[in-house]
Amino acid sequence: MDLLTQIVQQLINGISLGSIYALIALGYTMIYGIIKLINFAHGDIYMVGAYIGFFAITQAHLSIVPALLISLVTTGFLGMVVERLAYKPLRHAPRISVLITAIGVSFFLEYTSMYFVSPTPRTFPAVFGDVAVNIGDIVINGQQLLIFGITAVLMVVLTYIVQRTKLGKAMRAASYDTETAQLMGIDSDRIISFTFGIGSALAAVAGVLVGIYYNSIDPLMGIMPGMKAFVAAVLGGIGILPGAVLGGLILGIVEALVSGFISSTFRDAAAFAILIIVLLVKPTGLFGKNTKEKV
Amino acid sequence: MKYLRINDLKMLALAMVIFAVLQLLITGHIMSSFWQLNLIIIGINVIMSVSLNLINGYTGQFSLGHAGFMAVGAYVSIVLTTNFQVPFFFAILAGAIAAGILGFLIGIPTLRLRGDYLAIATLGMSEIIRICIMNIQYVGGAAGFKGIPHHTTFAWVFFFMLFTLFFIKNFVNSTDGRACLAIRENEIAAESMGINTTKYKIMAFTIGASFAGVAGALFGHAFYLVSPNSFTFMQSFNYLIMVVLGGLGSITGSIAGAFVVTFISAALASWPEFRMIIYALALILMMFYRPQGLFGYMEVTNTALFRKFLSKPAVKTATDNSEKGGSANG
Amino acid sequence: MAEAKEDKALLRATDVSEVFGGLKAVADFNFHIDKGELVGLIGPNGAGKTTAFNLFTGVYQPTTGQIVFDGKSIVGLKPYQITQRGIARTFQNIRLFSELTVLDNVKIAFHFHVKYGLLETVLRMGRYFTEEERIDKEARDLLKIFHLEDKADEVAKNLPYGAQRRLEIARALAAKPKLLLLDEPAAGMNPQETKELMDMIRWIRKEFGLTVLLIEHDMSLVMGICERIYVLEYGQIIASGTPEVIQKDPEVIRAYLGGEA
Repeated sequence: MDLLTQIVQQLINGISLGSIYALIALGYTMIYGIIKLINFAHGDIYMVGAYIGFFAITQAHLSIVPALLISLVTTGFLGMVVERLAYKPLRHAPRISVLITAIGVSFFLEYTSMYFVSPTPRTFPAVFGDVAVNIGDIVINGQQLLIFGITAVLMVVLTYIVQRTKLGKAMRAASYDTETAQLMGIDSDRIISFTFGIGSALAAVAGVLVGIYYNSIDPLMGIMPGMKAFVAAVLGGIGILPGAVLGGLILGIVEALVSGFISSTFRDAAAFAILIIVLLVKPTGLFGKNTKEKV
Repeated sequence: MKYLRINDLKMLALAMVIFAVLQLLITGHIMSSFWQLNLIIIGINVIMSVSLNLINGYTGQFSLGHAGFMAVGAYVSIVLTTNFQVPFFFAILAGAIAAGILGFLIGIPTLRLRGDYLAIATLGMSEIIRICIMNIQYVGGAAGFKGIPHHTTFAWVFFFMLFTLFFIKNFVNSTDGRACLAIRENEIAAESMGINTTKYKIMAFTIGASFAGVAGALFGHAFYLVSPNSFTFMQSFNYLIMVVLGGLGSITGSIAGAFVVTFISAALASWPEFRMIIYALALILMMFYRPQGLFGYMEVTNTALFRKFLSKPAVKTATDNSEKGGSANG
Repeated sequence: MAEAKEDKALLRATDVSEVFGGLKAVADFNFHIDKGELVGLIGPNGAGKTTAFNLFTGVYQPTTGQIVFDGKSIVGLKPYQITQRGIARTFQNIRLFSELTVLDNVKIAFHFHVKYGLLETVLRMGRYFTEEERIDKEARDLLKIFHLEDKADEVAKNLPYGAQRRLEIARALAAKPKLLLLDEPAAGMNPQETKELMDMIRWIRKEFGLTVLLIEHDMSLVMGICERIYVLEYGQIIASGTPEVIQKDPEVIRAYLGGEA
C-alpha cells in the first residue's frame, strides 16, 4: 500500500470513529448548552445503551434495527430519569456541585452495571457477515457503512426536530436564554428533560454501533469515549450542534492518523492535547462566539 | 501573637505522642502488616488530599489531575534512588521539585480557564503525563518500574505528612493564603483589591503539585513495583472524593476524608463495585444535603475541646483563629 | 496651559471610547478629577457610567483614547496593577468575599501592603507576626470607622444589606487608594442610611485625604455632596459643572425628564 492509500484508509477509519464521537458529542453539547453542565455520566449512558443493544440482540434475538430502537428508547428514558433524580434538585446549586454530582452519577452507572453484568468484556455478536466494499486497495467494511448510514439518518432527524418541531424550537430558545424562555411560557424543566432524553438516545445508538464496530463492550467502555466526545464538543464550540459533529469527525480523523502513523498508545494523548490547544487558543471552539462576564 | 507559636508547639507535642503510640504498635508487632501498610497509605493520602484541597478548596480552582503530579514525583524519585543511589530524602525533594516545576508549567496556560473547563484540562494534562511515562522505556513503560528499594517507612510518611500539614496550614493563614481565598470567593473583587490572581492561582497549583510529588515519592518507595496504572484519573477522582467528602476548604476535613476513604477501600477491597457505588452515592447525597462537605470550612482546632487545649490570643477576640477562612492553629 | 492642568488632575481620560461588538458604550469621553475633589457621575440607566468605572480600573481596555492616573498612563494595566497604583473601587452589585469573615474581607485588601515572604509565612518567623498584628489592628480600626467592629468575626454574607455596602467601602479603603471609586454606594438604602453614608463619605475623604468619584442615582446624595458633576447619556458626556449649573442645564433636564419620567 502506498502512502496515499494508507492516508485515505485512515481517513475512512477516522470518519467512522468520528461519527461515533459526534453522536456522543451531540448529547454533551445539547446538555451543556441548556444547563451548563459537563455531564460526566454521558459516556456511561452510552455504555448502558451498548449493553441494552447487546442483550436485545443476544437474549431477545432481535435484528439490528429493532435492537437499536429498543436501546434508543430505553436509554433515552434512563437519561431523563438520571436528570430528574440527580440534576434537577441542584438546578440552582453552584456549577461545581453539579459537576461533582455528575462524577458521582458516572461512578454509579459504571459500577452498578459492573455488578449486574460482571466486569468481563462481552463479545458483541457480528450482525453483518463479511460485507465490505473495496475501492482499489481501500476497504470500507460493513460496520463502517452501517455507522455512516445510521449517523446520517440521525443527523437528518435531529436537524428536523431542532429546527422544525415546537419542542426543538423551545429547546433552542432555552439554550439561548433559559430565564427569558421561561418568561415566554416555555416549561424549562420539560425542555431540559427532553434534551437529556434526545442526547441519551443518540449516545445509546453510538454505544450499539461501537459494539458492532469493535465487537467488544465492557462496563467502563464509556469513560474514554465520553471524555473524547466532550473534547469534540469543545472543539466545535460547546452548545453548537453542527460544531459537535465537526468536532467529532476531526477528533476521529486525528486519532486514526495518530494511531496509524505514530503509535496507538498516543491516541488518547492526542485527544487531550487537542482539548488543551483549543482551550488555550480559542476556548469558544471553532464555531463559538466570545462572551464576557458582566461586572 | 506569641500564642500562635505556643499552639504550634502544643500541636507538635500532640503529634509526637500519636507518632510514638503508633510506632510502638508497629515495632512491637502488635499491628498487623496489613494495617501497617494501610497506615502508610493513609499518610500518603492525607498529603494528597490536603495539597489538592489547597487548589480545589482554598483557591477554588477545580483540578482533576492530581495523580499526574504524584506520578512525576514517584518516577523522578525512584529513578534517582534505584539507578543513581541518591539518598531517599534528596530523592523525595527532587520528586517534589520536579512535580512543582511541571505544575508551574501546566498551571500557566490552564489556570486561565474556569471551573469545569479547568477540570477537564487538568484531567487531560495528567493523562498526557501518564501516557508519556508509559512510552518511556527507560522507566519500564507500561509494564512499570521494578526493583525499587523499599525505603518508605511509617516514620518517613508521618513526618512528611506533618510537614505538609504545617506548611499548608501556615500558608492559608497568611496574606498569600487570604489572597487564594479571595480568588475562590470572587475573582473580580480579588483582582480589584490589588491581588494578582494569576500569580496566586499558579502559586497554589505549584505548591499543591509539589506536595503531590512528595506523596508520589513516598508511594513509589512503598512497593517493589510502580506502574503508570497507579496514576490514572480514577486515582485523581479518589483524592477528589476525599477532599469533597471532608470539606472543600478544611484541612481537618481532608484528613478525615483520607482516613474514611482509605478505610472503606481497605475494608471493601474484595468488593470493588460496592466500594465505588458507596462513593458514588456518598458524592451525590453530599451534594444534595451538605455541599460544603462533612467539615465545611470548620477546623478541629476551632472546636471547644481544642480551644481548651490551645492558648488564646492576647487580644479580646480570637482573630487569627477565626471560624472561616480555614485556620488551623496546630 | 495644558501642562499646568495635567499636573493638577489626579485622573484624566482623554477622548476615550469603548466599543462592544460595534456598539459604542462610551464615546469621546473627556473627563478629569483633581486631587482632593469629590466628583459625581450621573446619568440614566445604560448611559455608560459603570463602563467608565471599568475603564478606569482596567476591567475593560479602552478601544481608543488615553487614561492617565497620577501622571502615568494606566491603559493596558491589569486591574490589580491599577489598584496597586492607587485606585480602589466598590461594585454596583456588591462583590464581597461572602463566605469569609468581615475582618478577613478587609485584611485581604491590605494584601499589597503586607511585607513578609512565603518563607516567613510557612515557617512562621521573621516579620510574619509583627505584620499580621499590624494588619489586624489596621483592619479593626477601619471597621470601627464603618461601625462594623463588633461584626468582625461574622461571615460577610450574613450582614444586613446596608452593612455590606459599608464593608465594601471599608475594604476598598484598606487597599490605601489615592482615588476611591464608589459605584452607587447608596443603592437600596433608606433616606436615613443614605444620609449617614453621605456624612461618612465626607469624613473619610477628609481623614484619608482621598479623592472620590461616585456614581449615583440618588439625586439628593449627588447634589448634596459632590463638588462637580458629569452627566452621561448614551455614552457621551452631555454636561459637566457644579451641582447648581447641572440642575439648570436644559440638556440634563431633557435627559432626565424626557428619558426617565
